[in-house]
Amino acid sequence: MAFKTPLKIVMAAVLTLGASTAMAFEPSGKVECIAPSDPGGGWDFTCRSIGNVLEDLDLVPRSVQTLNMAGAGGGVAYAHTVSKRAGDEQLLVAASTATTTRLAQGQFQGMDADMVNWIGALGADYGVIAVSKDSEYENLNDLMDALKDDPRAVKFAGGSAKGGWDHLKVLIAAKAADVGKLPKIPYLSYNNGGEALTQVVGGHVDAFTGDISEAKGFMESGDLRILAVLSEERLPGEFSDIPTAREQGIDALGPNWRGFYMPADISDDAREYWIDAMDTVYASDEWKELMKKNGLMPFHKSADEFNEFVKKQIQDIQELSKEIGLIK
Amino acid sequence: METLGYLIDGFGVALAPHNLMFALIGAFLGTLIGALPGLGPANGVAILIPLAFTLGLPPETALIMLTSVYAGAMYGGRISSILLNIPGDEPAMMTCLDGYPMAQKGKAAEALAISAIASFMGSLIATIGLILLAPLLAKFALTFGPAEYFALFVLAFATLGGITGKNPVKTILAAAIGLMIATVGIDSTGTQRYTFGVLELYEGVDFIIAIVGLFAISELLFFIESRAGGGKGPMKVNKLSLSWKEIGSIFPTTLRGGVLGFISGVLPGAGASLGSFISYTLEKKVLGSKGRFGEGDPRGVAAPEAGNNGASSGALVPMLTLGVPGSGTTAVLLALLISMNITPGPMMFTQNADIVWGVIAALLVGNFLLLLLNIPLVGIFVKLLSVPPKYLLPIVTMVAFVGIYSISNSAFDLYFMVAFGVAGYILRKLEIPLVPIILGLLLGPEMEKNLGHALTISNGEWSVLWSSGLSITLWALAIIGLVLPVVVGPVLRRRMRAAQENVD
Repeated sequence: MAFKTPLKIVMAAVLTLGASTAMAFEPSGKVECIAPSDPGGGWDFTCRSIGNVLEDLDLVPRSVQTLNMAGAGGGVAYAHTVSKRAGDEQLLVAASTATTTRLAQGQFQGMDADMVNWIGALGADYGVIAVSKDSEYENLNDLMDALKDDPRAVKFAGGSAKGGWDHLKVLIAAKAADVGKLPKIPYLSYNNGGEALTQVVGGHVDAFTGDISEAKGFMESGDLRILAVLSEERLPGEFSDIPTAREQGIDALGPNWRGFYMPADISDDAREYWIDAMDTVYASDEWKELMKKNGLMPFHKSADEFNEFVKKQIQDIQELSKEIGLIK
Repeated sequence: METLGYLIDGFGVALAPHNLMFALIGAFLGTLIGALPGLGPANGVAILIPLAFTLGLPPETALIMLTSVYAGAMYGGRISSILLNIPGDEPAMMTCLDGYPMAQKGKAAEALAISAIASFMGSLIATIGLILLAPLLAKFALTFGPAEYFALFVLAFATLGGITGKNPVKTILAAAIGLMIATVGIDSTGTQRYTFGVLELYEGVDFIIAIVGLFAISELLFFIESRAGGGKGPMKVNKLSLSWKEIGSIFPTTLRGGVLGFISGVLPGAGASLGSFISYTLEKKVLGSKGRFGEGDPRGVAAPEAGNNGASSGALVPMLTLGVPGSGTTAVLLALLISMNITPGPMMFTQNADIVWGVIAALLVGNFLLLLLNIPLVGIFVKLLSVPPKYLLPIVTMVAFVGIYSISNSAFDLYFMVAFGVAGYILRKLEIPLVPIILGLLLGPEMEKNLGHALTISNGEWSVLWSSGLSITLWALAIIGLVLPVVVGPVLRRRMRAAQENVD
């Protein structure tokens, strides 16, 4: 043991020297990824799968360690990153539209989006609005017209809480279609998209709001009619028959992106390194395969573009939430 | 036929080497826990939940392990009944009646073997029942709207005390405590309730933490209090001599016991204790004077064992298909499902078909494992029975702490678990049952949500709650469930006590 310690110091010195001459920043030792949920959820998937791809592409020295930190819909992990991990250049935290929604609605008390570094988004699950196959509504305009006459005419079921992303998608679409009285539109929240779907297919609730990956099963079985997908263009492959809201004259977008943020106070070099790493991951075949397998659609934003996107999304959600009286 | 296909897929999951290994570990630990007097199956599963999290098991493996623990605990309960005349858990009480006399006559090995075979038959029959009945019930999925779900949850609470339950007021009190704890957190409209600005409380109280605290930690506190350091003295079991003819002679008994057990398991509120009691009394009636019940009749061992194992598998039917647990242990398993992001209920059979059928197949596989474990290796369990709890309980505590910490890496959860442990200790001292608390905690949010949804859909019209045939049926059953224990309960309890006293 006695001679091992000096050796370690020498090694570390050489490594640091090597790193500083060859490249501005390169991760060494343990890289962590916080999934702000229990094992099994979307954030957990983001951490574990991106972690694997990073490792396969030799962008990290060792395997990425996923740390589950559930609580307050990501708030516990956010608070942890802000208050305890500032300057940690080897920490990624999984995020999604759920993160921006809660930030926008002030659910992470005393914290805002400027307190972390937004690194990039690597795919998205797009929002859909759907009805059961026996429904009277044939397209999105039919449905919106009904809402214009009476905002309580159509009841929506979704997998997020009231004011959550699934609810907001309805409001985004309704607002774009000039439906008044947004707060009056009934929204029923379920534990997950699957439960909400059964209620719609079973004829208990009128319409479903959720993501395309959730609707896929019932769409294939023919029990569900998808009225619109909230994407910029039609989705690829088997989903290409689904019209977008845009082409029906309703300018509504609802991507549920998957991405990462990092702690504040990291060096520009480190930030640059991770942004590049995410770009590399996004371009890789491994990730494309994983995206396909898990129902994620192409969606990529990184660096400043991502930062702006996040801020804009937060602002939009804030406005909508104020409009429906969820926040003041 | 569709069922058969799913079941074959299920075997694919259950027979995967790592799942098989965890089934074996679960069966072994379950038998051990069941054998230890005082530690019933609900506690056993609760104590081992953290183990599943510590090991970071995927959902199907964790569930397979814990259902094996459950099945194992039902097997294990008989060991101390037969050898010590102390039931390992409540349903094993009836096994004492003829099991202990058999052991006194020097036929302990035979009694253990017969009860293992009967347990196997009971479980097997009930698992087949589960396979046939569950998909039928699950087909109901689409007919359940919010109003029907609300009525179903009311039914679950109404039948909570069970027909044999003794103090309905304490049961209701416990359920109310559970429902109150369930209101903590952000509700479905985004309003914070009882969070006091503490970030960790925003998502409410994690029921896994509550369960492990209430059951496992309070168990430890009880142990510290009693300072029961010594184990049981070493026990001897004679060499097994059991002929095929003798096994054949208990066959009809196990068949009857298994079917009766299954039925009482499926019915809400009946449970395993009633299953084993009914099986035993029926057997006594059927055989009449031909049997020597109470003096060590092998069929008197076989009947209750087949009954209680049948009931334990039967109790999985309402839990898996409707999300309503029929017993304490299934309530704990339900909590595990929810915490793994699997919503129990009708949808599970379509959304998580691989997991459900994997678990059902694992029940079948686990049964064979248990039979193998319990006949040749019964000596090991007998030896382990004499291990003093002062070695066992610290291990349990360690597993609980490591497991809970590994779920979310939060020390807050550990404090919370200890607080629940202390609360559990106090509640048990007051003889307030813990299972209704868990059920209130589990079903409270769902009940509230469905009530809200039903009223939103009907634009605030309350009559929507009893506007369909299904919901009216459920309400009627709930009323029966509330009234029956008051009418029939005292009679049944007196009979069970009388049967027990006959032996003492």
